[in-house]
Amino acid sequence: MTTDVDSAEMRQAYSKQITRRYIMIAIVTLLLLISFFVDVATGPGKYPLSTVFDVFTDPMSHGVRLKVIVWDYRLPVAVTAVLVGALLAVAGAQMQTILNNPLAEPFTLGVSAAASFGASLAIVLGFSVVPGVGPLLVTVNAFVFALLTCGFILFATRLKGVGSETMILFGIAIFFTFNALLALMQYMASEDQIARIVFWMMGSLSRASWEKISLGTLLLCVAIPFSLYRTWPMTALRMGEATAESMGVDVARLRIEMLICVSLLAATAVSFVGTVGFIGLVGPHIARLLVGEDQRYFVPLSALVGALVLSLTSLISKSITPGIIYPIGIITALIGVPVFVSIILSTRREKLS
Amino acid sequence: MTLSISHLSSGYSGRAVLEDINVPTIEGGSFVGLIGPNASGKSTLFKTLAGLIKPMSGSIEIDAEDITNLKRKDRSRRVAYMPQAFGCNALLTVFESVLLALKQTSGWRVKSDNLDRVSDTLNALGLSHLSSRGIADLSGGQAQMVAVAQTLVRAPEVILLDEPTSALDLHHQLSIMTSIQTEVGRRKPVVMAALHDLNLAAKFCDRLVLLRDGKVLADGLPADILSLPVIGETYRVETDLEKTHRGALYVDARLPA
Repeated sequence: MTTDVDSAEMRQAYSKQITRRYIMIAIVTLLLLISFFVDVATGPGKYPLSTVFDVFTDPMSHGVRLKVIVWDYRLPVAVTAVLVGALLAVAGAQMQTILNNPLAEPFTLGVSAAASFGASLAIVLGFSVVPGVGPLLVTVNAFVFALLTCGFILFATRLKGVGSETMILFGIAIFFTFNALLALMQYMASEDQIARIVFWMMGSLSRASWEKISLGTLLLCVAIPFSLYRTWPMTALRMGEATAESMGVDVARLRIEMLICVSLLAATAVSFVGTVGFIGLVGPHIARLLVGEDQRYFVPLSALVGALVLSLTSLISKSITPGIIYPIGIITALIGVPVFVSIILSTRREKLS
Repeated sequence: MTLSISHLSSGYSGRAVLEDINVPTIEGGSFVGLIGPNASGKSTLFKTLAGLIKPMSGSIEIDAEDITNLKRKDRSRRVAYMPQAFGCNALLTVFESVLLALKQTSGWRVKSDNLDRVSDTLNALGLSHLSSRGIADLSGGQAQMVAVAQTLVRAPEVILLDEPTSALDLHHQLSIMTSIQTEVGRRKPVVMAALHDLNLAAKFCDRLVLLRDGKVLADGLPADILSLPVIGETYRVETDLEKTHRGALYVDARLPA
């Protein structure tokens, strides 16, 4: 009889836990919606929230001027913040699982640095990796270099003797390499070009456009279902490679599939907005603390938290000094570095104990 | 249900660790102890049986069906393997970690009977009080019990346990071996466990297979195997097999003079 009671209790505790997770997801979604609307409502021109909301639902309700401000300026920026935040956070979450390293994300693995170099090649030399892309030159170059770097990481994980800790060191090596190349580009650049490179590197949402948004959304709509489809093997991988393999997971294949998937996400995100570091670290880290690592909840919540953090960053970037929009990359780094350090300290503690 | 291994050779990157392993018909419902010194090839044998290493030659048959070419997923449904190393810092509860083991082969959605299976398994192993505990907070012994739970929950035909008792205290050694024995009697799977403790092996196993340098040196009933001089030779000790007043086998081992 006692056995039955125990079973019922265990199941109850588990369903309670699941309910708590849905509540967490609901809360973060709500916060994201609020942050998004406030982001759209704030800017150099002061308009009441209700007016902005009117224009949002009916573009021409307050004239062409407001339609342009809301629909052509503010909305693309606000949506891009949400989208890129989600892309970077999902990329970070999955990289951390497949590389078994909580510090892995597009920025720490050098993907952003590679993208910056690609962008600088376009800005300074007008050199295009993919010919005939016209005005998208900078974005496409950044994308290609980011993707190549992900390919290199994939290759590096298959080398013998490259453990999960070593991957971050590889990232640092990639980071240094591209920074040196970037310095070379800057040395060769004109003043105007240097300004463009620096601006690119700091990360900005002002390059937002509806075309980019559609592409990013499309990718996210493929990546999240794919991640969910692979959710059980990915959760098993959190138990360690040997255990996952013993459970029938083809770890090598899972790694390749997932890394290809997240490479596209990361490359797209950084090529859209430039260097925005640590979102891929902060999003998953907070999500992990809120719902644990059952990937069914962890991945979607990572996306939501990443979106929320970047949306808030967008809001902060224009609220510090009225009339000036600070580069978001600077703000995310200032938020992200303490999280980075706290993760290092907590993993160190685990190893010591 | 039967498992038989014949002429099996296996190893890593072209180097054979196991050579011509023959373990004839193991009946379902038997608990086989795999004994042998360190580096004798016990883990390699398990990995080969589980399909993590492709054998160089030979066959592994379940009910006269060769499973060597079975796809990994199908294979893992029938053969569950618990590797030696365990311990991780994932933010998962004990319940979740056992559930995820079950979910590798039972569809995406968590169904009600999945939860029943998990709680039954935890109960059977006496782990119900740890159900909501984070796996990162477990002691070494508790983690090992959870690893056994992850293997048993899948209810496979063949269960391979690589040193299931190495991190456990005496009470937990006996309790986990008893739980495994109960499982053997109840569902009649073939269980093979690599064991270092020969007395534990004598107490619980129906059959012992002695492995050294990748070869099977002896295979038979515990009382027969443990009394062979080859045991002493293999472990580089001197042994006597005695019977306690309760009738249990006891291997008295000492370093050679």
